[in-house]
Amino acid sequence: MDASGDFWRRFRRSRTGLAGLGLVIALVLVALAAPVIAPRDPQTTSMTTLSPPGTPGFPLGTDNLGRDVLSGVLWGTRVSLTVGVCAAATAIVLGVLIGAVAGFYGGWVDAVLGRVTELFQVIPRFVLALLVVALFGGGLWKLVLVIGVLSWPQAARVVRGQFLALRGAAYVDAARILGLHHARIILSEILPNALAPVVVIASLDVAGAILLEASLGFFGLGDPNRISWGMMLNNAQAHLRQAWWMSVFPGLAISLAVLGFNLTGDGLNDAANPRLDA
Amino acid sequence: MGAATVAAGSSLRRYAAGRLLQAVPLVLGVIVVNFLLIAMAPGDPVKTLLGEYPAPPEYVMQLRREFGLDQPVLVRLALYVRNVVTGNLGYSFAYRLPVATLVAERLGKTFVLMATALTLAAVIGVTLGVAAARRHGAGLNVVSTGVSLAGYSIPDFWLAQLLVLLFAVALGWLPAQGIRSVRQDYTGLAAILDLTRHLILPAVALSFRYMALIARLTRASMLEAMSQDFILAARARGVPERLVLLQHGLRNAALPVVTVIGYNFAFVLAGSALVETVFGWPGVGRLLYDAILQRDTPVLLGVLMMVSVTVVVVNLLVDLVYALLDPRVRY
Repeated sequence: MDASGDFWRRFRRSRTGLAGLGLVIALVLVALAAPVIAPRDPQTTSMTTLSPPGTPGFPLGTDNLGRDVLSGVLWGTRVSLTVGVCAAATAIVLGVLIGAVAGFYGGWVDAVLGRVTELFQVIPRFVLALLVVALFGGGLWKLVLVIGVLSWPQAARVVRGQFLALRGAAYVDAARILGLHHARIILSEILPNALAPVVVIASLDVAGAILLEASLGFFGLGDPNRISWGMMLNNAQAHLRQAWWMSVFPGLAISLAVLGFNLTGDGLNDAANPRLDA
Repeated sequence: MGAATVAAGSSLRRYAAGRLLQAVPLVLGVIVVNFLLIAMAPGDPVKTLLGEYPAPPEYVMQLRREFGLDQPVLVRLALYVRNVVTGNLGYSFAYRLPVATLVAERLGKTFVLMATALTLAAVIGVTLGVAAARRHGAGLNVVSTGVSLAGYSIPDFWLAQLLVLLFAVALGWLPAQGIRSVRQDYTGLAAILDLTRHLILPAVALSFRYMALIARLTRASMLEAMSQDFILAARARGVPERLVLLQHGLRNAALPVVTVIGYNFAFVLAGSALVETVFGWPGVGRLLYDAILQRDTPVLLGVLMMVSVTVVVVNLLVDLVYALLDPRVRY
């Protein structure tokens, strides 16, 4: 309670962190309220094609099929946040487990897991994700799984470092002497003390996952049944000369979402490492 | 010259050899990941190895034999490793070319783009970083923080579209598409100028993120270096400030630049794939995009393989350069 209160007090002092958190909260609200605040259904086509922002009824203009760009941007928040948050959660769970086991046991376990981590860092995430989606199909939850499974190494490395540093601590020795089960020592003794940097990574992972999802969408590999920002940019590519608004607004939305989680991560980082004030 | 240098040389060689050995299991790992993807993909593996482009039945038979598709899984893995190691990455019927040839040719064009972008990022990033460290006042700090936040958050393919909108569509200064002018056949210097004109926008789009990253790191390591005793000593000796900055400070800042470029190589490649798609740059990214549209899976697999191996090799080189630049790094 005290520790987390301290954490929050330090986070509040970081202006960038607060700005980021504000952006994130705003995005969550937009995602929740999309059906209410969007002027029309984002998939519904109309006869008003490629009309510029300010056209009556279409504040941000329409695309080549006459779909409302504003509604697309608002609804796209849902896909980006769902994929971003769920993929990051998957990555964090995997990374924490792998990093904890590697750091706690050390030795050959650590060596093997270290190699696997390295392998995942060498293979370009984007290309592998492209291939997996192309072979196994897209769909929202498959995207979550693919992005999550390809994003754990960073969390694993950080958690491993924490566990290496903490496994010799007096309270861990005490738990060992008491004969506690290894899983219990890992989960309830060491992990709570190793979590601060994980929170930072989690926030940055959401930003990374949103960016990766948008990139896949831009390559035409998003969920075909839902409007996403990346797919809107893919669609905009063919109409750049006629309709700048098809590119500008979805791109702005991606940038703001990624910025929000990056800033939050920076703020969390300042709060987690009070001595590293820049 | 003396015993120390010789010893350092041989330890560097030993380090290099050790590092090279570490790269072998990584390359094998990459091959195994590819193999697993093919094995686990739904449907007939021949389809996966072939793509959905029509192919002659004799070739289908040949594939079954080459990859031992009716054999047990371990035999298949061994055959797959042998095929890959001997450079047999399959054949693309969409392009009527062996995948290895096709990807190698496209990788060359991607490297031209990447090298230009990274050079741009290094030159501008270091300059900005040094300037920000020198007057480490509020105004420039806000600018450099803003640039680095933007660099982290703006997707490079969207920046690419914005550049097209501004400089190609609205202003008409630079071409929006391709690697050379189609209407005119330039030779010699004119051809190089033509290539440069086509290179500017994609290179800028690709470099922005790394420019921001390098600027931030350079600033931090310059500030650290400039607070060291040897800088104070140089100033006390009356060395002109400009020389202090360049000779003593910058040398220490070189390391982070090498690090950023090296360890982000995989990301730069991915970014390049996206930027190429916007500009129709005929590199490996454009190849990926077309391969997905045409369901040309052997090309996708070939790109993943060759790109991953390239990253292993580049990481290896970066570690070696690092060891050369910083005598403290020895394992």
